[in-house]
Amino acid sequence: MARIGVFVCHCGSNIAGVVDINRTVEAARKMPQVVYAADAKYTCSEAGQSAIRDAIKQHRLNRVVVSACSPRMHENTFRRTVASAGLNPYLMEIANIREHCSWVHGDNKEAATSKAIDLIGMAVAKVTRDEPLTPKRVSMTPRALVIGGGITGIQAALDIANAGHEVVLVEREPSIGGRMSQLDKTFPTLDCSACILTPKMVDLAQHPKITLLTSAEVKSVNGFVGNFEVEIRQKSRLVDHVKCTGCGTCWQKCPENVNSEFDMGMGKRKSIYIPFAQAVPNKPVIDTASCRYIKYLKWAETKEGKKPPECRICEKICPTGAIDWEQPEQILTEKFGAIVVATGFKTFDHSVLGEYGGGRIPDVISGLQLERLMSASGPTGGEVKRPSDGAHPKTVVIVSCVGSRDDRIGRPYCSKICCMYNAKHAIMLKEHDPEIQIYIFYIDVRTGGKDFEEFYRRSQQEAGALWIRGRVSKIHREGKKLIVRGEDSLIGRPVEIPADLVVLATGVEASDGVVGLAQTLNISHDSYNFLVEAHPKLRPVETHTDGVFVAGAAVGPRDIPESVAHGGAAAAKAIGLLSKEELATDPMTAIVDPVKCVSCFACHEVCPFGAPEKETLRDGRTVSVINESKCKGCGLCIVACRPGAINLRGFTSQQVLAEVTSLWR
Amino acid sequence: MQMAGAITPVASSEFLDYVGKQSGQRIMDCYQCGKCSAGCPTAYDMDLTPRQMIRAIQLGLKEEALKSSTIWMCVSCQTCSVRCPVQIDIAKAIEAVRLLAVAEKAPAAEKNVKLYHQVFLKSVEFTGRLYEMGLSVAFNMLSRHPFTGMDILPTMLRKGKLALMPVFKGTAEVEAIFARIKR
Amino acid sequence: MAQTPYAYFPGCTLHGTMLEYNASARLVCEAAGVDLRELKDWNCCGAWSAHTTDYMLGLALPARNLQKAEAMQLPMVVPCAVGFSRMKLAMHEMENPAVLSAVNQAIDKPFKNSVVVEPLLKVLASDSLDLEVKKPLQGLKVACYYGCLLVRPQKILKFDDENNPQTMDKLMSRLGAEPVDWDFKTECCGAGMSMPRPDVVNRLSSKILLAARSMGADCIAVACPMCHFNLDFHQREVEAERKEKIQMPALYFTQLMGLALGFSAKKLMLDKHLVDPMPMLKSKGMAA
Ligand SMILES: Cc1cc2nc3c(=O)[nH]c(=O)nc-3n(C[C@H](O)[C@H](O)[C@H](O)COP(=O)(O)OP(=O)(O)OC[C@H]3O[C@@H](n4cnc5c(N)ncnc54)[C@H](O)[C@@H]3O)c2cc1C
Ligand code: SF4
Ligand code: SF4
Ligand code: SF4
Ligand code: SF4
Repeated sequence: MARIGVFVCHCGSNIAGVVDINRTVEAARKMPQVVYAADAKYTCSEAGQSAIRDAIKQHRLNRVVVSACSPRMHENTFRRTVASAGLNPYLMEIANIREHCSWVHGDNKEAATSKAIDLIGMAVAKVTRDEPLTPKRVSMTPRALVIGGGITGIQAALDIANAGHEVVLVEREPSIGGRMSQLDKTFPTLDCSACILTPKMVDLAQHPKITLLTSAEVKSVNGFVGNFEVEIRQKSRLVDHVKCTGCGTCWQKCPENVNSEFDMGMGKRKSIYIPFAQAVPNKPVIDTASCRYIKYLKWAETKEGKKPPECRICEKICPTGAIDWEQPEQILTEKFGAIVVATGFKTFDHSVLGEYGGGRIPDVISGLQLERLMSASGPTGGEVKRPSDGAHPKTVVIVSCVGSRDDRIGRPYCSKICCMYNAKHAIMLKEHDPEIQIYIFYIDVRTGGKDFEEFYRRSQQEAGALWIRGRVSKIHREGKKLIVRGEDSLIGRPVEIPADLVVLATGVEASDGVVGLAQTLNISHDSYNFLVEAHPKLRPVETHTDGVFVAGAAVGPRDIPESVAHGGAAAAKAIGLLSKEELATDPMTAIVDPVKCVSCFACHEVCPFGAPEKETLRDGRTVSVINESKCKGCGLCIVACRPGAINLRGFTSQQVLAEVTSLWR
Repeated sequence: MQMAGAITPVASSEFLDYVGKQSGQRIMDCYQCGKCSAGCPTAYDMDLTPRQMIRAIQLGLKEEALKSSTIWMCVSCQTCSVRCPVQIDIAKAIEAVRLLAVAEKAPAAEKNVKLYHQVFLKSVEFTGRLYEMGLSVAFNMLSRHPFTGMDILPTMLRKGKLALMPVFKGTAEVEAIFARIKR
Repeated sequence: MAQTPYAYFPGCTLHGTMLEYNASARLVCEAAGVDLRELKDWNCCGAWSAHTTDYMLGLALPARNLQKAEAMQLPMVVPCAVGFSRMKLAMHEMENPAVLSAVNQAIDKPFKNSVVVEPLLKVLASDSLDLEVKKPLQGLKVACYYGCLLVRPQKILKFDDENNPQTMDKLMSRLGAEPVDWDFKTECCGAGMSMPRPDVVNRLSSKILLAARSMGADCIAVACPMCHFNLDFHQREVEAERKEKIQMPALYFTQLMGLALGFSAKKLMLDKHLVDPMPMLKSKGMAA
């Protein structure tokens, strides 16, 4: 026999101002199996909670209904309250008479009161049928996977490893470093990017707790928080990194020259290469798309067309015999408790903008290309020379918001970093050549970070950059000059500037392949393919999949300080998780009645979390079972199951029916 | 243009509503980037650049807009419209203002352009087709530059480039169309 | 050769100042198997002036012509970019049934707004045409100029790219010429401003002419009588203002096509231009 206690909260005047509390308590007292009913000014206060505890003891209550605010607010609070009085915490129900009643029916107190009574009646009907539930405990694999080795991923990996947990970092390029490794100097302090990044890259490579997998990608993810099982594809590099000492003989001698991705096509690399001098690991890979011997091998299969040279120079000269033409692709399977996704961004491809030359004008370059031209380790050794003829530009025009704030191309957002890197480029160009004249077209200058406005002013004061308020409409060639047309919208006249070099501040876009990765990880992305946080303000690095965290420019445009902070935040969340020995899972999960299950497996189709699994019974039938650790209790399978074989613990069909029937009694 | 004193912008004017509806454009979306003016071939000769015209509409400055040279200098080349980052068809908005100016008989800041259109359409109304010789003679007379381009006339005639009279039979039908629309 | 029929709307200027465009278009069409059937009693499309000052007139004038093509059950081909643009934009407006019925009343003819309208350039540049290139335009650097009205707005006209169209360039390559990669293909020449504000046209044409010259072009190819007028007729004034000779011939693409297909300069009326193309063509061995 149930002995139910009902506690009606005033919530100050939030509820009591609308609902007649006395009448409500009276009505509750008359409900079936209710042995005690009382009210309190603030049930959630310490006094309110101890009143519940006392009543449980005094009236030997074995079920409790708290009639107050939304369960989202205080379900956990009151579960703890009843637990501390010795009740199973799942024998408590909340009737939400604030959000669902007093807040929305302030204009009709009479009706609000009877609705409150109905809501309590429903909760009483439900609590009568509650069963005690116990959370399951699952063990924790105290290791983290970090995906993406830009500054965000590097920071996250180092923080987690320094807290004592093992980390595997998966980077799909041959080196870690991300976009930051391509930058020359960094705003707003102008410190050299490589000088602050390289030590971190080396720390990471040498960290005893960190395993670095480059040229690698995540193939599949199974399992759940605390126990993810991840397949990682280690692409074939054709170079044995155990034998290779990184001496560099091969890439000096390789005869095949290819456009360097790292230098944004402004310089060349070899077919066997490290992307840049400070690469980590400092060991080469062979690019199979351009390698002569690989081309030869492909030719040998069909013998069609011209025979490519059989090269193999790298193999002949490698002092340690590290070249391995047979090296297979490998699939590694690893277990992790937490995953941090830091896959960063790419820059907007301006070839879609015909009015800016559609990528056909060699001296119209992107900001990232300019970084490579200014970098001492770049293709020109740090000399700013224009690509078409190698001349030193004397007039440089910078164009803001290229691929940003443009609905036409589905990029309405502000990329946030470009205004500042424009100011940086102005200052650095002037450092390279004091005679350079710099013009920056802008729509708004966004300098919302620490020391940013001062930095913007420096570009005017030190570099003499002329900022012109207007979006450029067209860039056209006239002989060797590039004519840039905009409006100076402050004076209201069209302006034309004959330039030697035009730098487009191309915006921030989500990395390639991130949609597939998000699907693999079961996390969401927005319409621009940036990854979505669980809450944009209060849970900025969590996702809706427990144990998976997101950070850095993969979530949206971010500069380096923000990315580092974000990577650190994700690491802190992961560390918090990994430092638990066990995890309690929510017991309100689905359960299949194997007798009723007809093996249609509709539940497998609908479950977003992959919780339904198959089990073969002794009678030979294969039926569905729910993996409690994965089930989030969303209830989709219950609706999908035609024979009604599935029930949700704590929300059984019988309970829901009892709630509904309580209404017409 | 109104010069003295401060203007009084109106946040939601009838004029803004009217132009928005007539042109089907969300004028308030414009964030004044200036790309329209930057690409406009005739912005050099406008008293309000296309961007400023959009601003005038936003502010409800009807008189300024109707009296502007902009509405007559626009050649409907569509450059502004296809490049606008917030997808406003500026040419269409300007057209709506111009048609309003015609309807309200506002004085045209570019008299010659308006005159040109009138003479052109007269030629079409009465001959069905554009009668180039007639057009240029009439336009030159009315705009009081009777000798503009006249030095080249002999060359043009020698090259057989100017037909002296139009040859066209559908005149009556076209005249009827003009008549029906004027009604 | 099999002849594909089209309803032909030449536009006023092709019967007036720009007879050489009409003549060369007819010659190459015949050679290429394009059968031009001129609309009977077609009228002016209203050009810049009608839609500018009267919404309904801007629709009714093109509609009267479109209705004729619809009745002929043939696709309409338009050599004049102004005419092409007016036809397409009017059709776009008439997608609204209320507008269409008002126009029907104005022209007093049943019109369903169901015509296919193509620019002559598109028809003649089609890969499926059999072109017998007898005198390839070897070594001729052509700056292809499309102007505004042929391509903008691409969403509605659905012809070619708004900034870097390729139709004419590809055709020129096919004829053996060398198209120039330049950035003024679709910049405005001043359109109808020639009469009321010649200064505007002079300024804009001068930019186009100088850009073509700076990119090494021997001539400019055009597909619009108005563009031609602004680049050819106005060149004289541009030269006078700048106090320098430019002498950049502007030729209709149909004339260049005609040369490659073996027609004589006389038949193609190359003598009609104010900037004489003959010295340049002779120096390239393309005309006697
Ligand atoms: C021209 C330019 C100048 C800039 N200048 C400055 C400056 O001066 N100061 C400043 O603070 N910021 C600057 N920034 C911004 C800075 O580059 C970013 O803030 C920073 O790079 C973000 O780091 P991240 O690690 O989040 O992303 P990224 O640097 O993009 O790193 C992401 C990494 O993840 C890898 N990856 C992607 N997808 C996968 C996958 N599926 N699997 C495995 N690995 C993957 C990528 O290969 C990459 O290594 C500039 C940006 C640009 C474009
Ligand atoms: S085989 Fe030749 S081309 Fe290929 S990586 Fe080695 S040296 Fe370079
Ligand atoms: S940061 Fe500046 S340049 Fe970049 S998109 Fe935003 S406003 Fe434009
Ligand atoms: S281009 Fe568009 S957004 Fe920019 S000023 Fe013009 S109308 Fe406004
Ligand atoms: S349509 Fe009119 S306003 Fe727009 S760019 Fe052309 S001339 Fe200028």
